[in-house]
Amino acid sequence: MPDLLIELFSEEIPARMQARAAEDLKARVTDGLVEAGLTYAGAAAFHTPRRLALAVDGLLSDSPTLREERKGPRTDAPEKAIEGFLRGAGVTREDLQVRDDKKGEVYFAVIEKPGRPAADIVAEVLSSVIRNFPWPKSMRWGNSRLKWVRPLHSILCILSDESGATVVPMEVEGLSTTDTSEGHRFMAPGRFSVTNFEGYAAELKRRSVILDAQERADHIWQDATNQAFAAGLEVVEDKGLLSEVAGLVEWPVVLMGEIGADFLDLPPEVLQTSMKEHQKFFSVKNPKTGRIERFITVANRETRDDGATILAGNQKVLAARLSDAKFFWENDLRIAKAGMTAWTEQLTNVTFHNRLGSQAERIDRIAALARDLAPVMGADADLAEQAARLAKADLSSEMVYEFPELQGLMGRYYAEAAGLPDAVAAAAQDHYSPLGPTDAVPEAAVSRIVALADKIDTLTGFWAIDEKPTGSKDPFALRRAALGVIRILLDSQARLPLDQYFDLQLVRHNIKLNDDAGDTQLSALKALVDEIAEHGVFGAALRAIRDKVDGEAPLLARLETEVPDASTDLLSFFHDRLKVHLRDEGLRHDVIDACLARPGSDDIVLLVARAQALGAVLKTEDGENLVQGFKRANNILGQAEEKDGVAYEFGADPKFAEDPTETALFDALTDAKPRIDAALAAEDFATAMSAMAGLRGPIDAFFEAVQINADNDVVRRNRLNLLSTIRSTCLSVADLTRLEG
Amino acid sequence: MAQTAEKPRSFQEIILRLQSYWAAKGCAIMQPYDMEVGAGTFHPATTLRSLGSKNWAAAYVQPSRRPTDGRYGENPNRLQHYYQYQVLIKPSPPDLQDLYLGSLEAIGIDMEMHDIRFVEDDWESPTLGAWGLGWEVWCDGMEVSQFTYFQQVGGHDCHPVSGELTYGLERLAMYVLGIDHVMDMPYNDPQAPIALKYGDVFRQTEEEYSRWNFDVANTDVLLKHFEEAEAECQAILSQDHEDPKTGKRIVMAHPAYDQCIKASHLFNLLDARGVISVTERQAYIGRVRALAKQCADAFVQTEAGGWTPELA
Repeated sequence: MPDLLIELFSEEIPARMQARAAEDLKARVTDGLVEAGLTYAGAAAFHTPRRLALAVDGLLSDSPTLREERKGPRTDAPEKAIEGFLRGAGVTREDLQVRDDKKGEVYFAVIEKPGRPAADIVAEVLSSVIRNFPWPKSMRWGNSRLKWVRPLHSILCILSDESGATVVPMEVEGLSTTDTSEGHRFMAPGRFSVTNFEGYAAELKRRSVILDAQERADHIWQDATNQAFAAGLEVVEDKGLLSEVAGLVEWPVVLMGEIGADFLDLPPEVLQTSMKEHQKFFSVKNPKTGRIERFITVANRETRDDGATILAGNQKVLAARLSDAKFFWENDLRIAKAGMTAWTEQLTNVTFHNRLGSQAERIDRIAALARDLAPVMGADADLAEQAARLAKADLSSEMVYEFPELQGLMGRYYAEAAGLPDAVAAAAQDHYSPLGPTDAVPEAAVSRIVALADKIDTLTGFWAIDEKPTGSKDPFALRRAALGVIRILLDSQARLPLDQYFDLQLVRHNIKLNDDAGDTQLSALKALVDEIAEHGVFGAALRAIRDKVDGEAPLLARLETEVPDASTDLLSFFHDRLKVHLRDEGLRHDVIDACLARPGSDDIVLLVARAQALGAVLKTEDGENLVQGFKRANNILGQAEEKDGVAYEFGADPKFAEDPTETALFDALTDAKPRIDAALAAEDFATAMSAMAGLRGPIDAFFEAVQINADNDVVRRNRLNLLSTIRSTCLSVADLTRLEG
Repeated sequence: MAQTAEKPRSFQEIILRLQSYWAAKGCAIMQPYDMEVGAGTFHPATTLRSLGSKNWAAAYVQPSRRPTDGRYGENPNRLQHYYQYQVLIKPSPPDLQDLYLGSLEAIGIDMEMHDIRFVEDDWESPTLGAWGLGWEVWCDGMEVSQFTYFQQVGGHDCHPVSGELTYGLERLAMYVLGIDHVMDMPYNDPQAPIALKYGDVFRQTEEEYSRWNFDVANTDVLLKHFEEAEAECQAILSQDHEDPKTGKRIVMAHPAYDQCIKASHLFNLLDARGVISVTERQAYIGRVRALAKQCADAFVQTEAGGWTPELA
């Protein structure tokens, strides 16, 4: 059984693409071989900056012979049908056999596919894999028509067994397969012959190439931690950087260097980001102080001065980079300490979105909403407003311009340097959170307020201009923003009617969107904002204010329906996000649907409490059976109401009860109703749900013993009215009709 | 690879060595284009000659202007006027990486002592409607060149593909000569009777242009020039291919492209003056790109661009 070795040798492959490419090579080649009948024992793929390699062990030397029989038309079938069959089966008429069938004589084709030598199959498969390789981005070079990630220079492809190795002959765009490879570009130039995988890997190592990326990464990490440890320091772990760096070198040489004393006072995140982004350096910190004091760089070669020149060069480049960072930091600190006004003013010239206005206008809206939210969230309104006004000031800073990923964090440093309250500094950093479903939620009240105000402003803005997420398109990360609001509210158990804040912010957006509507209407809108903030109602407030406007007010008339429509639509977007969020926590979407129809569905905390209580009671035997009882009652009642054309909502009278189970159910309902109402009023959903579930016994017994559609019409109607009481009692807790199953 | 040469002593020596090296490798050594451009790529010897089927090999120094990078001559690395060294070879030869590494040795970088790396960096010029794949080349962690295989220029797929090398001369020279501030770099031989530093040659102009670029340039006039250049470019291209005077077929791709270059530089000046908003920016870039595309369309209709009478 021969072994197969393939190496595709090219100019430098981007580090981020190498691992995936090696896997693709393995999957596509082995799939192709197996499809052609060549099975194998094992396969492994490798990658370095200049090569992808694949070793396949224990390949069959030939594919097995395949025999297939195909039944054709009857011998007396029209000529055309027989010709068609011959074409389809790829045989001639002489090859056909005639056999007796139930319906007469029928042609059979026996197709024999002889096995093929491995080399032929490998050549075919590899040629197709190379031509159709799924690089994320590929290119042509010179006069070649072939596409590869960077120019492809050689293809090694050999089959080897005990008797030696043979090249699998193949050609792609003028590039013929060989049995040679190349070592390190600088340390061991020149080609060498290869006879099998073990020899290949060993010879590469002699020629300063470590073939296995994991081995390179391990070597880098071990050497880096050893050098740091020897100096009493430790390397800041960064797995992404480690695998990237392992993809930039074939022969890693770890060098540790100094960061100039001038730069040690920069915030550690600035040092780390600058070193990582620009230079792909690891940070080395002092475990006692947490300060970053040195760096680790990984060179791709050894030198006779043990890397001294290379390290000096890197140190110099770093010093130039850090001088820039220090220059930014010092300039920024000056502006921060002067109150950041230069930054906030600059934001008037920065567009947030061409319809939603500048960053400064956006911040005004966020600050106003933060004020509105402050009392509900338990914080001082002035402090909340101040935090909102300064939270995005760092977007104008030079440091954030250079390193956008430091936004927020720099805001915190600058707010602290400016001597602003801790709450303001914390909000600058934390108001972007949570960024994902598992990211931490801000803890301080002011940070939560600014985070909520920021996200609600963004969401209402894009709803106001009708740019909602569709399918996989969500360029403004609105799903993430809505989930952020949900998580902050749940985490803080803050009780807000979201509807009201949506209305408020939608009106604020409409003031900007319609700034050509004339003073009268705009000042009416501003009055409307105050009115909503104070009383929390939109429709009545709008009508009242519209009545005060003299003459035509087309904008107000339009907003009368537009704002509630957008608000309702946004709320249902929130409900969808909530379902996804709670599904991950094990709550069914139909349980949430059952709770949405009850009042207060714009209060996320209330909604979730109700849904969780319902979810819990549904897991009990009583709860599960109660739902069945409810549905039975509801169905019978629904049919009767439709048939009779009346709604049985008169209340049942115990004096018409004929059966003891009927009386018992009547008593149970009379007893449960006030308890359920009281528990609901106290938002004690668990008690309300268990009181409801307690009806299961009497309801089941009632259905067991009693025929609803009794001959006596009075008794029948009374029983329907009793069912109606069951329905209304249960519906007051949750809309059980929405439950599935 | 070539024997490591002695260390160069001045900025101009590095330029001269690159010129001799690429001349020895068979490139036509061209002179800078006589118009203001933002980068060596804008030289028609690159932009236009990378189009069409004819082979090409050229190398040249191109003074480049980036008005927003002006720092009044005070920043150690940033200049509003600087030099790029540009090499364009079509089709890209299979040993282009080795040729490039040879050029580093020619200017005194010892391959045995330094760590040279090819780090992914894809190139795109929205104003030229062009893109390519390649690397930035690092020497001991410092970016010393851009290395690009052109895939598309002016909206046309490149075939054959050109290999383009761009060296930022000041930065590269500062590294080779061990200089920290560009203005301190020896321009000519430091032993020359009249030794000049980079600052002696350029500090004055950096100051003057920084002031003009940022605060004085008349934006109304610049805007008018932009629109005139745009109109002229289109007017040139709308002419009949047949010259009514000589009866010859003359497609005026180059005069039109000059106007495109002008528009591009005027846009850069307007940008430095801060009068172009974020949203307008895209629109201006789109207008210049439209011109670049039309010029590319015209160039492939010229004989230099591969047009032959048989194609007509």
